[in-house]
Amino acid sequence: MVSTAVARRSSLPGFGLTMGLTLTWLSVIILIPLAGLFLKTLELSPEQFWNILTNPRTLNALKISFGLSFAAACVNLVMGTIVVWALVRYRFPGRRLFDAVVDIPFALPTAVAGVALTQLFAQKGWLGAPLAELGIKVAFTPIGIFVAMVFIGIPFVVRTVQPVLIDLDPEIEEAAASLGARRWHTVFRVILPSLAPALLTGFALAFARAVGEYGSVIFIAGNLPNVSEIAPLLIVIRLSEFRYADATAIAVIMLLASFLIILVVNRLQRWAQVRIPA
Amino acid sequence: MSTPSSFAAPANPMRAYASMADMTASAPAHPEPSDRARPLARSIDLRSEPGPVRFIIIVLAVSFLTIFVVLPLLVVFASAVSSGIGPYFAALAEPEAISAIKLTLLVAAISVSLNLVFGVLAAWAIAKFDFRGKTFLITLIDLPFSVSPVISGLVFVLLFGAQGYWGAWLQAHDIHVLFALPGIVLATIFVTFPFVARSLIPLMQEQGTHEEEAAISLGSSGLQTFFRVTLPNIKWGLLYGVLLCNARAMGEFGAVSVVSGHIRGETNTMPLLVEILYNEYQFVASFAIASLLAMLALITLIVKIVLERRLDEGQIPRDH
Repeated sequence: MVSTAVARRSSLPGFGLTMGLTLTWLSVIILIPLAGLFLKTLELSPEQFWNILTNPRTLNALKISFGLSFAAACVNLVMGTIVVWALVRYRFPGRRLFDAVVDIPFALPTAVAGVALTQLFAQKGWLGAPLAELGIKVAFTPIGIFVAMVFIGIPFVVRTVQPVLIDLDPEIEEAAASLGARRWHTVFRVILPSLAPALLTGFALAFARAVGEYGSVIFIAGNLPNVSEIAPLLIVIRLSEFRYADATAIAVIMLLASFLIILVVNRLQRWAQVRIPA
Repeated sequence: MSTPSSFAAPANPMRAYASMADMTASAPAHPEPSDRARPLARSIDLRSEPGPVRFIIIVLAVSFLTIFVVLPLLVVFASAVSSGIGPYFAALAEPEAISAIKLTLLVAAISVSLNLVFGVLAAWAIAKFDFRGKTFLITLIDLPFSVSPVISGLVFVLLFGAQGYWGAWLQAHDIHVLFALPGIVLATIFVTFPFVARSLIPLMQEQGTHEEEAAISLGSSGLQTFFRVTLPNIKWGLLYGVLLCNARAMGEFGAVSVVSGHIRGETNTMPLLVEILYNEYQFVASFAIASLLAMLALITLIVKIVLERRLDEGQIPRDH
């Protein structure tokens, strides 16, 4: 089908073979399994589907997942901007090391991150003990979920905004300054708006990652139904109870949400390209 | 300008990761801000903040990264050796630990090599030819990175589970997919699917087809052209993709947890054993295994930085 669509560059061999194998492998590993998920949902009547989703425990899990992910992405947006600014604009001892450290949440297996954060914020932990004296309990509460979601979201904002800030034309800042704009005015009215598409992209990516996150969250969460139970955990629980329909319905809602986020991110990319012509 | 293109890349988490390659790789083409500002000494003042503001921003950035990233990493190693070196190595020598390490290595070896072959094939088709629907195909390849790990495991339960589409048939023929090696490998391949392809596609697109066309016109076969012309050009990019793919394959938790069945000594990978031991309050043993995975992550990061420099050196100069 596709192999006939070769327009140019046809002097190289292997298009039919590589494309055929690619599509086959893609179908076997990704497309058929995902299609199975949607087919399974079609076995449910709209009423059943609605009942599963409006079950208080499901609703609360979705609220916790989406609400705390949003809060964590907001923190990542603000702190990510500060981190990027320090890494790109200033020179300080250990700058390269801290630049490399930003990637750790990507590289560290989620289960390791989960037990580490729990240990750190547990009542006798390095940070948990001083926080407990202040009367703040992090581990095994919703705050713990929030902390884990901030952890895994860190690289997204930093790594999407960093190249844009490095490449920002110094002349616009100089122009603003030489026209008499105060520094904070230049930063908030000139620089941050031109970073906006990258900032929003990083925010959306961090949000999407936090919503689906499982490993780094479940250890520190406490996992109390309706209080600190995230949606991915509820899917696992429903599966272990052999309530496949419930698991599938929750999964489909989360999958649709992440497709929506991809769509938004793609729009943001196009907006960015219009704003910053290559 | 390469940055708008690398910025355009992150359309989902994976692309953000993949674009980190071009980002660091293109560093020499983009001098550090201070270098660029040097000829215009005046502009440094115009483009910076007052001293106290600078100080506060640096302190905030460093404290944030220390609390949220550095301390969790240190806790892993500190907890692993909290009872001394002896118990640490004893925990790693437990039969359960050894079987988890073996299983993790086996799963990673199978899934990384399959994804390596697929990644090269897909990159060849996508980067060297023009066809309609290319962007859509790339979006499909990226899909696993927008799917929750739990859902990546769930889809295979729905296919192969006792109540799944093919569960009854598999049971009748005594074939074990779920709660066995094939299921763990499938889930791992699913979550690591895009790494190699996504590292190669931008690189091979940038390199174009001239060298390959020359080789073909001089009488080389397709395979000869690939191994003698294309492969030397993409080797660092390929290693980069394999490195990230392997790190994720060995560290995957959510997807594998759903399909593994947690059979002790049989279907527990290292991340799953970390969970089990932790829930049994065997903290030293749990963190001992976790420390191996953390070392894997650190080595991956270091090799990644080295590879990014290599990619950078071999980079074809782009027009500005």
